[in-house]
Amino acid sequence: MIVWSDMMILGIDVGGTHTDAVLIENFMVKEKAKVITNERDLLDSLWKVTDDLLKKEDPERLERVVLSTTISTNAIVQEKTDRVGMILVNGPGLPPSLLRINEDCHFISGYVNHRGIEIAGIDRNSVSRIGKCFKRDGIDHCGIVGKFSPRNPHQEIELQKIINAHVRHVSLGHRMSGHLNFPRRIATTFLNEAIREIYSNFVKQVSNLMHLRNISVPIYILKADGGTFDITLSGEFPVQTILSGPAASIMGILGMVPGRDDAIALDIGGTTTDIAIFAHGVPLLEALGVTIFGHKTLIRGLRIKSIGVGGDSRIRCEDGKIIIGPEREGPAAAFGGPFPTPTDAMIILGLTSIGERVRAKEAFLPVARKMHCSVLEAAKTIFEQTCEKIASACLDEIEAINNKPVYTIHEILEGRKLKPKILYVVGGPARPMAFRLGELVDCPVYIPEHAEVANAIGAALARTTAEMTILADTEQGILVIGEEGDRIPIAPRFTREDAIRIGKERLRERAIKMGAREEDLEIEVTEDQEFNMVKGFSTAGKNIRVKVQVKPGLIASLRMGV
Amino acid sequence: MLKKERKTGLIFFPAFDWAISPTHPEREERLLYTQDQVFEEGLLDFDNIIEFKPEIATDDDVRCVHICVPHVKSVITDSHLVSAGGAITAAEKVMKGEVDNAFALVRPPGHHAMLVVHGARGFCNVNIEAIMIEYIRKHYGPRRVAIVDTDCHHGDGTQDIYWNDPHTLCISVHQDGRTLYPGTGFHREFGGPNALGTTINIPLPPRTSDEGFLYILDHVILPILDEFKPDLIINSAGQDNHYSDPITDMYFTAQGYALLNDRLSPHIAVLEGGYSIEKALPYVNVGIILAMAGLDYSHVREPDYDPLTLRQSDEISRYIEKEAAEIYTLWKRRDSMREELIGNAEYIRRKKPIYYDTDSIREQQEEIVRVCNDCGGLVTIDSVADTGNRIFAVIIPGQSCPVCRASGEEMYAGTGKDRYNYVYFQDRDRDIFLVK
Repeated sequence: MIVWSDMMILGIDVGGTHTDAVLIENFMVKEKAKVITNERDLLDSLWKVTDDLLKKEDPERLERVVLSTTISTNAIVQEKTDRVGMILVNGPGLPPSLLRINEDCHFISGYVNHRGIEIAGIDRNSVSRIGKCFKRDGIDHCGIVGKFSPRNPHQEIELQKIINAHVRHVSLGHRMSGHLNFPRRIATTFLNEAIREIYSNFVKQVSNLMHLRNISVPIYILKADGGTFDITLSGEFPVQTILSGPAASIMGILGMVPGRDDAIALDIGGTTTDIAIFAHGVPLLEALGVTIFGHKTLIRGLRIKSIGVGGDSRIRCEDGKIIIGPEREGPAAAFGGPFPTPTDAMIILGLTSIGERVRAKEAFLPVARKMHCSVLEAAKTIFEQTCEKIASACLDEIEAINNKPVYTIHEILEGRKLKPKILYVVGGPARPMAFRLGELVDCPVYIPEHAEVANAIGAALARTTAEMTILADTEQGILVIGEEGDRIPIAPRFTREDAIRIGKERLRERAIKMGAREEDLEIEVTEDQEFNMVKGFSTAGKNIRVKVQVKPGLIASLRMGV
Repeated sequence: MLKKERKTGLIFFPAFDWAISPTHPEREERLLYTQDQVFEEGLLDFDNIIEFKPEIATDDDVRCVHICVPHVKSVITDSHLVSAGGAITAAEKVMKGEVDNAFALVRPPGHHAMLVVHGARGFCNVNIEAIMIEYIRKHYGPRRVAIVDTDCHHGDGTQDIYWNDPHTLCISVHQDGRTLYPGTGFHREFGGPNALGTTINIPLPPRTSDEGFLYILDHVILPILDEFKPDLIINSAGQDNHYSDPITDMYFTAQGYALLNDRLSPHIAVLEGGYSIEKALPYVNVGIILAMAGLDYSHVREPDYDPLTLRQSDEISRYIEKEAAEIYTLWKRRDSMREELIGNAEYIRRKKPIYYDTDSIREQQEEIVRVCNDCGGLVTIDSVADTGNRIFAVIIPGQSCPVCRASGEEMYAGTGKDRYNYVYFQDRDRDIFLVK
């Protein structure tokens, strides 16, 4: 569906190095802007790009603003987080020593089993004591996580009622995700609470800034899965916004390329190269969640493999071996950097005409000497090895995806193998490297227009995404919606079709609440299983498991264009 | 508890789309709650626990072990090839050194499947451990292998396959055959004439608890393993000794399974039976995986675990102590027992009725072994089943001597099809399988 309109979308990606912004009108990039990110004041960068783009425009014509920001990622990586008191209902299983995420972890009695049945109750007195400890220690933030809480959130909710009196804010594990994984649920809940304060401030400032600019349209924030949600809602789930930067670029590529084939998408930056895979034109998601700063989480995110090779990777030659990256010590030598880089190699080889060729050559002299060859040959070797490193990482990634374990005979016999038909490349060195990379992964290549602001385009065009996990247990007569904490009574005749229908309805409501538009709700069933539960030798009920999601993708009115 | 971490391979294949029948214990749901528990505990996120996708075994892999009547495809489904393939993947990862040990958490199981297969018995069609072991021998050379079968039912299929193989030690610990299917697995079942003592049966009285199992482990199994000196230890990790299992009567716990696995330290564990799918399997499997990976399993227990009700009686303890001593004495006397058994005989004959409970088939079998001091001995089997099939099989053992080989080849050549529907020739050394 193509909806013509003269409304505009403003997409902004506040990245680590640059802040990029685009103004999109009728499938076209109308304006683009790029400024250096002021790390100490992200708002300042935001102010500058919007200034650049909107000075000639009427803010009344804006339809929406979408923002991708590193604020959450930076807070975690730079450890600018708040102290969080954690209350864990761990039950039997892994020892507390393997679950302790910080020094303020308290383990309390209680247990919910895999079917969501409460086996042991919580100890209310100990919770009050813990609450007083938090107060005494000046801990304002609390995370409460129970084992199997997505199957039955009752104990988490009860604990919250008690602890509310002692702290400023509480995050509950079951609200983070419907997936099963207790250690990841702990990490996710912890991070959500740890960055809440810093993130909420950012939200307030952005809202003020937009107000000052006379922008009153909905503001969306990009998530790690390449989808968006309304900025007001984002304050409750700030952890969803981590690692949205790489996701922005990948969504940008998706927005600028034709076709619905299996594909490899590459964003070659200065320090790293991000690799994402599209299956039938849809970017693949991490099976469980993204990993940040050593924390494995349940945050739904695009499956992006980041390798330490980029245009500005430092090149060294040690014991006759060439080492490319993983560190970046500055820009390429051709731009005054201290060390030779793959970009210098491309300049020497004449693949690109940027920078000062003389400087690149000078920087390559010592390397060539160590390699016992001419500067030109050294550049050739380095270029080739850089391409090979990236290409082999792509092929490894595809193999890993194709070797992913499956759990049914049908899938193991009929399992579809991913076979990329095209390679998309964006980023600084895209043009000089694409051809050779395509040869190495045996695919035609495509470099989209506006590749340098792919991230901002991705933010602008992303749609609101959400998922929902439904578990129906007809023996217990209960349907559970993990993420919402709902437990609804059901009849013994309840079927899988009922579960799918309810899942879709509830997902629709949830997505609309998050800011989705009706026409963007491309809902699909991602898991759909039904098991007979048998007691003795007769069927006692059905165990039905359904997962539904709004596919990661682009907003409908722009899907066909750009 | 500080332990050395080990790299553990996990092949998880719950076959969510396969069942013997909709309400049969061996059905789709069997590993569902185990999956929930393994996922919720986050076990696959440990750097030293690596999940692998199972390979699919081939008909050839099956023929290295079984005589399938009339042929492989007629007695198995794809699910059996995936489950056997899962065991093979576990072995591959260990043999190549990619992991220190591996657990094939796969279904359907296999330890009741015997050498000749007319159909399914005890929920088993083909023996997935034996297929894995012969795969290892075919691709990595002869190996001394010890199988410790801790399923609650006697591992009669595995015993049958390795009855005459002195290079494979089969130890089965199980609930006393007088009280449980398949009704076998007594002390006197001790191996064929050329492999006496490499079949060991340890029947335990009903209501044996952790204490009894660990006593047997420490006083019989580990000492015998020490003397047998296997290259590989395989655990047939059935989980139906659990106190909550619906079709057995033992008091073993998740903590007990973890302790047993830790002390046994198998290279490869393969799931067998275990049908308490909600109350036992989730916890037992988490315990086994943590123990194999050298991680702290001391907090693994069932939510309803009560040590008081699960104590074994003093009478049982005394019985088990006596039994342990008897079995160990038998093992020590195996060489002199062999002389008594053989006397001057050149061939030893064994007749046995076999019932396929899952498929309701009856079979009569006569097995003849050539007495041989140099190898496991030539084996011939004459088998007739009430399916109407009568077959004759000539089996040349692994690491066979020239005499056994030559007489086996002659025997196959000289056997006509007049009395038999099929005549088979299996040569494990040369990987030859013939049918006429």
